[in-house]
Amino acid sequence: MTNKIEVRDFNFYYGEFHALKGLNLAIREHAITALIGPSGCGKSTFLRCLNRMNDTIRGTRAQGEVLLDGANIYAPAVDVVELRQQVGMVFQRPNPFPQSIYDNVAFGPRVVGMAARGAELDRIVQESLEGAALWDEVKHRLRDHALDLNPGQQQRLCIARTIAVKPQVILMDEPCSALDPVATLRVEDLMRRLAAEYTIVIVTHNMQQAARASDYTGFFWLGELVEFNATETLFSTPSKPLTEAYITGRRG
Amino acid sequence: MSRQQTHKLAVVVLTAVAAIVVIPIILVILYVVWQGLPMLSWAFLTEPPRNGMTEGGIMPALLGTIILTFGTAIVSFPLSIATAIYLAEYAGDNRLTRWIRMAIVNLAGIPSIVYGLFGLGMFVLFLGFGTSIIAGSLTLGIMTMPVVISTAEEAILAVPQQFRTVSLSLGASRWQTIRYQVLPHALPGIITGIILGLGRAAGETAPILFTVAAFYLPELPRSIFDQTMALPYHLYVIATQVPGMPLQIQYGVALVLLLIVLSFTLVATLVRTQMRRRREW
Repeated sequence: MTNKIEVRDFNFYYGEFHALKGLNLAIREHAITALIGPSGCGKSTFLRCLNRMNDTIRGTRAQGEVLLDGANIYAPAVDVVELRQQVGMVFQRPNPFPQSIYDNVAFGPRVVGMAARGAELDRIVQESLEGAALWDEVKHRLRDHALDLNPGQQQRLCIARTIAVKPQVILMDEPCSALDPVATLRVEDLMRRLAAEYTIVIVTHNMQQAARASDYTGFFWLGELVEFNATETLFSTPSKPLTEAYITGRRG
Repeated sequence: MSRQQTHKLAVVVLTAVAAIVVIPIILVILYVVWQGLPMLSWAFLTEPPRNGMTEGGIMPALLGTIILTFGTAIVSFPLSIATAIYLAEYAGDNRLTRWIRMAIVNLAGIPSIVYGLFGLGMFVLFLGFGTSIIAGSLTLGIMTMPVVISTAEEAILAVPQQFRTVSLSLGASRWQTIRYQVLPHALPGIITGIILGLGRAAGETAPILFTVAAFYLPELPRSIFDQTMALPYHLYVIATQVPGMPLQIQYGVALVLLLIVLSFTLVATLVRTQMRRRREW
């Protein structure tokens, strides 16, 4: 297995606040990497550093390197817009655009210039919805309003929307926190299948989710990466006392 | 008096005072309608004035006001929308932004006659447009910009932040995000602002006084470099400058002007209500 993303001596600041401290880790290609830790530990901030979404927040500053396929995404010459096409994102709450199901999925391919209309776009939309395990539920009502779907379907629609631009990496920021257990399991199944094609990084509050759905887990605490290991190892024999305290529920 | 009684008294007094606010507008409308309604006819709207404007209709002035309203829209719309987009989406917290905001606030506070004089100096004389539709439209356009800019900016800011975030995360550029995920949702609010601005422009006399409005023209304007008659100025003229002017015609003109301005407000309100009902987030 090769490393899709390598993070080297990475620091991140919100103004004066030192949010991420000296991170070093490697994210494996075609694997699911989970990031766990208490609220405010920096795991979501870190996730948003991987597609430079934090750039949109004023007064933030990044230091160090994040290598995507060996190239630093923080290098001055990098086109952020292009980067975000390669590193897609699924958000905490299902957030389809208030448009039709079809237009939601088609938005990305349209703006990045993959296809504007016609059979080619239809094909991309269908493939993406199939990829997100939603096609069978919506194929007869693609023109319906996306917000008429239930929350679980909406979140899978958001995943379809993300994979429609053919990213290499999918970042998921607590994608199941607004979903019921059944919808959660469907999304986890989906992640497992998507990992064959994509590299997935998921932030989760839910330790069971990290344990059952990921290959690697990183544990964040106060802006530092305390431990990073294969999920099985991290949960069965954590090497740091803090990790053990957290995953057994004694700290957090 | 007990505290309860004081409270009840206060409610009664405050309600009564608030109700007084409604009375002037109702009286104005009723009076103008009562005086002007007998004049209102198809002929009044479609015929030119005759016999030193003491007979006939108001067609040239009505047409002039419609033309000027369109002209104002053409001038004000692009400038205002561009400014609003800049302020809402791009402007940083810097000196340029503060200047722009201060300019807009001050623009809103300038008396309309000053716009008229500015229009005379800038468009009529300096740029050499002469007293013309283009000079009048530019003057009215600038006058309406503050209200259009602020309503448009508000409408843009009201679009949920997450639409922008999601759009950017999908590889859309800033501009694509604004164009496809922000402006469509802000459009009804923007349109409301424009209509309100145009309503004000249609009813103003002072800005067109020196820039476009004609006392009387036997012919309709042929180009944007011609003068035109316009309803507010026509009303001013026939009310103060023409001896022996039948009062009825004056109120007829006033009623038409009032109807135009009120219909702008009505349409703006309808658009806004429609938008609130259709809002999807």
